[in-house]
Amino acid sequence: MQIFNKEPSFDFMGKRKLALIVSILLVIISIASLATRGLNFGIDFTGGTLIEVGYENSADLSEVRATLESAGYGNAITQHFGSSKDVLIRVPPHEGMTNADLSTGVLNALHRDSGSDKIEMRRVEFVGPQVGEELTEKGGLAMIYALFGILIYITLRFEKRFAVGSVVALVHDVVITLGIFSVLRLEFDLTTLAAILAVIGYSLNDTIVVFDRIRENFRKMRKGSPVEVSNRSINQMLSRTLVTSFTTLFVLIALFVLGGEIIHSFATALIIGIIVGTYSSVYVASATALALGVSKQDLMPVKKEGEDDPDVLGDQP
Amino acid sequence: MNQYPTWKYVLIITVILTGILYALPNLYGDDPAVQISPLRGAPINEASVTRVSELLKGEGISTKSIEQIERGILVRFNNTVDQLQAKDLIEEKMGENYIPALNLSPATPDWLSALKAAPMYLGLDLRGGVHFLMEVDMVAAARQAGERYVSDLRSILRGEKVRYLSIARTSSGHSIEIKFRNVADLELASSIIRKEYPRLLLEQEDRGGDAFLVVSISDEEIRETKKMALQQNIITLRNRVNELGVAEPVVQQQGDNRIVVQLPGIQDTARAKEILGATATLEFRMAVENADVQAAIAGRPPVGTRLYKERNGSPILLKKRIIVTGDQIIDAASGIEQQNGSPTVFISLDSKGARKMADTTRENVGKPMAVVFIENKTNSKRIDGELVRTKKKIEEVINVAVIRDQFSKRFQITGLDSSEEARDLALLLRAGALAAPIEIVEERTVGPSLGQDNIDQGMTSVIVGFIIVMLFMAVWYRGFGLVANIALTVNLVMIVAVLSMLQATLTLPGIAGIVLTVGIAVDANVLIFERIREEIRSGNSPQASINAGYDKALSTIADANITTLIAALVLYTFGSGPIKGFAITLSIGIITSMFTAIMGTRAVINLVYGGRKVKKLSI
Repeated sequence: MQIFNKEPSFDFMGKRKLALIVSILLVIISIASLATRGLNFGIDFTGGTLIEVGYENSADLSEVRATLESAGYGNAITQHFGSSKDVLIRVPPHEGMTNADLSTGVLNALHRDSGSDKIEMRRVEFVGPQVGEELTEKGGLAMIYALFGILIYITLRFEKRFAVGSVVALVHDVVITLGIFSVLRLEFDLTTLAAILAVIGYSLNDTIVVFDRIRENFRKMRKGSPVEVSNRSINQMLSRTLVTSFTTLFVLIALFVLGGEIIHSFATALIIGIIVGTYSSVYVASATALALGVSKQDLMPVKKEGEDDPDVLGDQP
Repeated sequence: MNQYPTWKYVLIITVILTGILYALPNLYGDDPAVQISPLRGAPINEASVTRVSELLKGEGISTKSIEQIERGILVRFNNTVDQLQAKDLIEEKMGENYIPALNLSPATPDWLSALKAAPMYLGLDLRGGVHFLMEVDMVAAARQAGERYVSDLRSILRGEKVRYLSIARTSSGHSIEIKFRNVADLELASSIIRKEYPRLLLEQEDRGGDAFLVVSISDEEIRETKKMALQQNIITLRNRVNELGVAEPVVQQQGDNRIVVQLPGIQDTARAKEILGATATLEFRMAVENADVQAAIAGRPPVGTRLYKERNGSPILLKKRIIVTGDQIIDAASGIEQQNGSPTVFISLDSKGARKMADTTRENVGKPMAVVFIENKTNSKRIDGELVRTKKKIEEVINVAVIRDQFSKRFQITGLDSSEEARDLALLLRAGALAAPIEIVEERTVGPSLGQDNIDQGMTSVIVGFIIVMLFMAVWYRGFGLVANIALTVNLVMIVAVLSMLQATLTLPGIAGIVLTVGIAVDANVLIFERIREEIRSGNSPQASINAGYDKALSTIADANITTLIAALVLYTFGSGPIKGFAITLSIGIITSMFTAIMGTRAVINLVYGGRKVKKLSI
């Protein structure tokens, strides 16, 4: 089966102005939301205590709240997690109480009120404020190092304008993914961060495949402006881009639906990231490289002195 | 055209067979087992193995195997009923010094174990358990060291009759200021201190006519103190973890001031926290000679004495008056006595303790002195569904020795049976000594049901994702798609094999990494196949198209995968626990997929199409 029996010839680069406006708009909305609403950070970054309890039958949240209130944990936030039988309780730090006492206290209160056979501890997570700070710092650093590592690799393998193009695409993807998390108030925890870093890797994968073809076509095609060469390359790689994005999306949707509640934000981040990443590798990365004036000479293999190179002459844009 | 030399086939088949071999242990599942760990230096040898086997035989509990392992005895059972019965029996009959723990032990056949093949190591989020990150309060550790010096210096100056006006720690904490009436006193004091504590740095200061001596602890010594505090806490935690009866505990240093404690399979986290946080102390007391022990057992101990028990359970009478307590011990180390080569424990006391010890021992040469180890434990048990907590103070005489001479600040305990006993005693003494306080800074507990859910859901999503991708590839690329599917399957086996070989921890994000790899792994094949289609479209022969497709796609695939690998490596470097798991599976998946998707599929396609005339490709 094939999507295109012949090589498609969509004019992607002709629409790059429109794409630019869309991208800028999305980035502005994302940054605005990140600046005003921020991210809904999980306890990995904020610090605090989180307790997940499983009930035998579906749990009544208002009862759970009442129990906690009477035990002196009135400021705890409760919500269903995954199913109505699971309850997630977030407890802010209590003055003069260690974390150990806090989680034990909450669990005991729940046990007391509902009879110990009916509920079960599924998960307790506590992150001290200091550890939270460290994780945030490390996470930010990881993102920056990953971007730099990639920038260096692409500069070595391709050319600096392509490197800038791919990093602009990456920043675009990361900012928009984070922006969507911020707008939708989705929880952002350590695994989400891992997903974002995977998005960086994936989106780059897509970009490089397109760049690789652009480079090849620059060398091969005797005629054609950079815009035409880019367009042709994107079209040639289009079915691959779509097929790979689809297979990856299939498995991610499987993960989202079947992987359980804990992995939800991870799968969500990747799904968003891959959709945005596919779009950006077509529009953002190549358009940036073009805007920076990438041309045929930049990509020709270095020739020895004295060897003549008829291709370069007369083919200037 | 399109034929591989034989050696390439041999290489590919060898790699795949090795992969299958090392992935194999994961299919065998686990045996229910009980792991018995010794406490307080109780012996583990053939005799104890025989004892366990006879104990179980006596009750008619059938076992699969009993073996001596690195830190205890491992008994495997055919079913969980036997396992639970055996655990209760061992708990009851083997005595307090043997702690049984329920465990699932991989049922890897011997021939695979001989090849060092083992199943993947599951992380705590999959098997359930407790992860604690504890932080040692290093400021307190340094402060304690400073305070000990203040009291030491004070007593040494008094002892040498050097007059000083004041002595105090400075606000910065790392130095001590002593104020003297005149320079002559100061000179005298500094020569004494220099002789007694050569590692301290001394500096004279003249502030408006007052003579000050600034004594600072060298950076090196502070570093050592901190290192000691950490080590001491690790040792204490290990001891306590052993008592919890956990099959594969991890107590590990992380960074300069943190300790990771992982207790797989523990369900009662409240109890774990209590035991890890238990306090222990020591007391030195005089033993009563020729005492009427029988009267004491009957409830009438002589005035001023109390009945204690030794480790072997025999009763002993000690005087009520405490000579020195554990927080006055600065250090305890095991070693060999130089004169006769017998094992010994060296103990250093702080100045206050040393003075009391010196006074007592001077008057009691030739008499026995005992060391009592006291532990405050909270035990919680579920009785009829109610959680009942009992506080228990365990007091135990760990050593009785005859005083040979008046003790000074440093003394030693000899007459120990073995260097192992000396080591254990030193460990207990240190554990009882005042260690720098620790605090739990991170906790991640996963209940057993959630762990199992995570495994089930993770596996389901891997399988479903896998099947969807396979169907898609078969429909899309037909014959070539089937070849890619073979490669995808082999890739999955290889990931499992490499994870098993490295014994890297598989976590839930790790499973997500595998799922993602399944999606990405087909990319290499998609690139190659699309290229082959392009070549065919531009009118090349099938054979030439195959060749060109693989050749031209290669550098693209390499570039794409290396960049993803860079992101994965950064994740590994910066990530903690579960994130590392994701980075590991992603990296392994990328590398193995390069092998299977490029070499593997090419080999199959060469076998099918290579070296003959082909009119049309199934692509």
